[in-house]
Amino acid sequence: MRPLKNEETVLVFTKLKKYIGSNVRALLERSDGLYCFRLHNGRIYYVKEDIMKFAATLPRDNIVSLGVCFGKITKGGKFLLHITALDFLHPYCQNKIWIKESAEQNFMYGNHVYKSGLSRISENTPKYAGVVVLSSKDIPLGFGVAAKATAECRHADPMDIICFHQADIGEYVRNEEALI
Amino acid sequence: MGRAGNFQDKPKKGPGRKARKQKDPVFPSTTKVDDEPKKLSRRQKIRAKKRTLKQEAAKANPSKKMKKMNAKQKVGGDLDSEGEHLFSSDDMEEFTNSIKTDNIEKTQGKTKFALFEKDDSGDEDSGGGGNEDESEEENDDFGVNSEDEMDDQDDDDDEDEEEEDDDKDIEKLSKKIEEKEKKMRAAGDAYLEESAEKIGIQIPSLEEIQQEDEDSPDLPNINARIKDTAFVLADFSKRREEGRSRSEYLAIFLKDLSTYYSYNAFLMEKLLDMFGPTELIEFLEANELPRPVTIRTNTLKTRRKVLATALIARGIDVDVITWSKVGLIVMRTPGNVTLGATPEYLAGQYILQGASSFLPVMALAPKEGEKILDMCAAPGGKSTHIAAIMRNTGMIVCNDLNRDRVKALVGNFHRMGITNAVITSHDGRAFAKLMPRAFDRVLVDAPCSGTGVISKDERVKTSKDVRDVQRCSHIQKELLLAAIDSVHKFDGQNGYVIYSTCSILVEENEAVIEYALKKRNVKIVPTGLDLGKSGYVRYRQHRFHPSMKLCKRVYPHSYNMDGFFVAKLKKLSDGVLKTTEDEENDSISPR
Repeated sequence: MRPLKNEETVLVFTKLKKYIGSNVRALLERSDGLYCFRLHNGRIYYVKEDIMKFAATLPRDNIVSLGVCFGKITKGGKFLLHITALDFLHPYCQNKIWIKESAEQNFMYGNHVYKSGLSRISENTPKYAGVVVLSSKDIPLGFGVAAKATAECRHADPMDIICFHQADIGEYVRNEEALI
Repeated sequence: MGRAGNFQDKPKKGPGRKARKQKDPVFPSTTKVDDEPKKLSRRQKIRAKKRTLKQEAAKANPSKKMKKMNAKQKVGGDLDSEGEHLFSSDDMEEFTNSIKTDNIEKTQGKTKFALFEKDDSGDEDSGGGGNEDESEEENDDFGVNSEDEMDDQDDDDDEDEEEEDDDKDIEKLSKKIEEKEKKMRAAGDAYLEESAEKIGIQIPSLEEIQQEDEDSPDLPNINARIKDTAFVLADFSKRREEGRSRSEYLAIFLKDLSTYYSYNAFLMEKLLDMFGPTELIEFLEANELPRPVTIRTNTLKTRRKVLATALIARGIDVDVITWSKVGLIVMRTPGNVTLGATPEYLAGQYILQGASSFLPVMALAPKEGEKILDMCAAPGGKSTHIAAIMRNTGMIVCNDLNRDRVKALVGNFHRMGITNAVITSHDGRAFAKLMPRAFDRVLVDAPCSGTGVISKDERVKTSKDVRDVQRCSHIQKELLLAAIDSVHKFDGQNGYVIYSTCSILVEENEAVIEYALKKRNVKIVPTGLDLGKSGYVRYRQHRFHPSMKLCKRVYPHSYNMDGFFVAKLKKLSDGVLKTTEDEENDSISPR
């Protein structure tokens, strides 16, 4: 477990910026204490400082997870954001998409969101911005990348993709292995 | 791998564990030539006894009516209201023999017992033909030739008298017979009980039962015998058969129960020691059925009422658990909905958890800001509960030895939105050296033999023996000592260890706590739970500390939850207690 190097920090923050904009600082300086990012076994963990210090005393090989895993650094040097980060992106995220109930299952199986499944989209969403996908009852279902800006969405065909799937909560059941 | 990868299952070769194949099944021979007499059921035996008594009485002074009836009586296996054969095979054998010797009187005498059941059976059966067909189908045991002969003989007598009756009042006759049958049935049960009392419950000897076991066991028969034996054991001095010991009855009881419920002898004996005969049957019956599905709301993400409404909207009928603030019991799920894959589940709003798993966490009562260790945490139901109560403050270290199960832990923690956890994969005993006196509270949900969760896993019935229990109890003792070493001593608020197992055996529960009491300076305190029976202070040859009654035991047949044991210990001081043995050892060594 070690703190992130500069390049890695840049990677992670650029990715996060796509979803939560300039609120990254809010993640690190929270009301209940200081949080930090740590790298362990190729994965990025978001954890409170006191807990991190305690965990640092435990044998490294046996630690499986700390706090929340945000994602992993792939062998190609990219930062892949996992669904496990959803709880922290969701409150700070600026761009949101609400989908209809009929499209919920489809999205949770890993498919993209079509115009026919779109219920609402937040204003002024630029094209290719990171979005959080919510159900009609405001339950966060995952996140994605907007394929069309808000204005374009209005004129889109029902079978057009308006949001590329990145991660969804169905992965907790489908893809448990990847989370560890 | 990729395109060219070979994903076929290779058959395992070699002397290893995985190469062992299951042998082909060996069936006991079921096809038997029925030279031996047919086995009688309990009811038949009682009846047979009564029959012989009555016959002797009748022989002494036969009434006119009886003589007339005998003349009318037809041969054949008439079935009584119960559908059982009126003739026992013993009698039938003599019957056929007597026919061969042309002794008609004897056979007519034998048919007397049929009269109890159907006085009008002679009237009812019209012509030999109808009866013959019936009797041939229903009584394969009996020689067909003999029946034909008998029918011929009887026909001459009966034909003239019967034909008139049949032509006129067949309906009335059939109604009459139905009424009689009803009365007979009603009287039959009372009659049986009475005769059982008078004659005494006949239970075959142990050798006969063991013999029976080699042939295919007759389960309903065994079930009836189990109930009989329990009945006798309940009031042994009055209901016993002369000359048979209690231990013989108990041996028969154990054997039958093991056969009927598929347990091995070791476990069945242990259970009989713990429960009396009647309670044991309840326990075993409860283990055959699954416990109701329960879920726990994740208070970090939602509230119980809101979740209940959402689930009901999906078609899942839920109801609140009264003794918990977060528990819901699932009554019914529609076919197309999987409880473990609803959007609410995936969003982390609840987790599937057995109701008895709420108990150790309620006993632990963690407060916000504490440092908690959960030594055997996977798959994480209890740990996530602890974290939810602490509202993501403080810190919880969740540990499990098994790496694969730790993955499930990680998944559950992330899904439920818990941020204050460190998940590790150690042997739990290592914490005593790694982090001594570091934690405020420790939960040890020790690995056990699983005798409380037989309804979930049937293999426990046959796979446990003395060594397994000893091994489990050894590991449990070590884990508990390590847990006590990892917690700091009581500082006015913290310094508690909770020990829980999903087993009901005393060796894994009270005995382990007793060991800890001897080796460390700890004290048992009330768990704070209102559910459950208290722990044993005395059990067979064991004598435990009197405070053992503060521990709680839960059984599947009493609370409809999985079997469980919970104990709460308070650490009074650090350091190891020296028992007298240790002191002797010290004094012996010259150093």
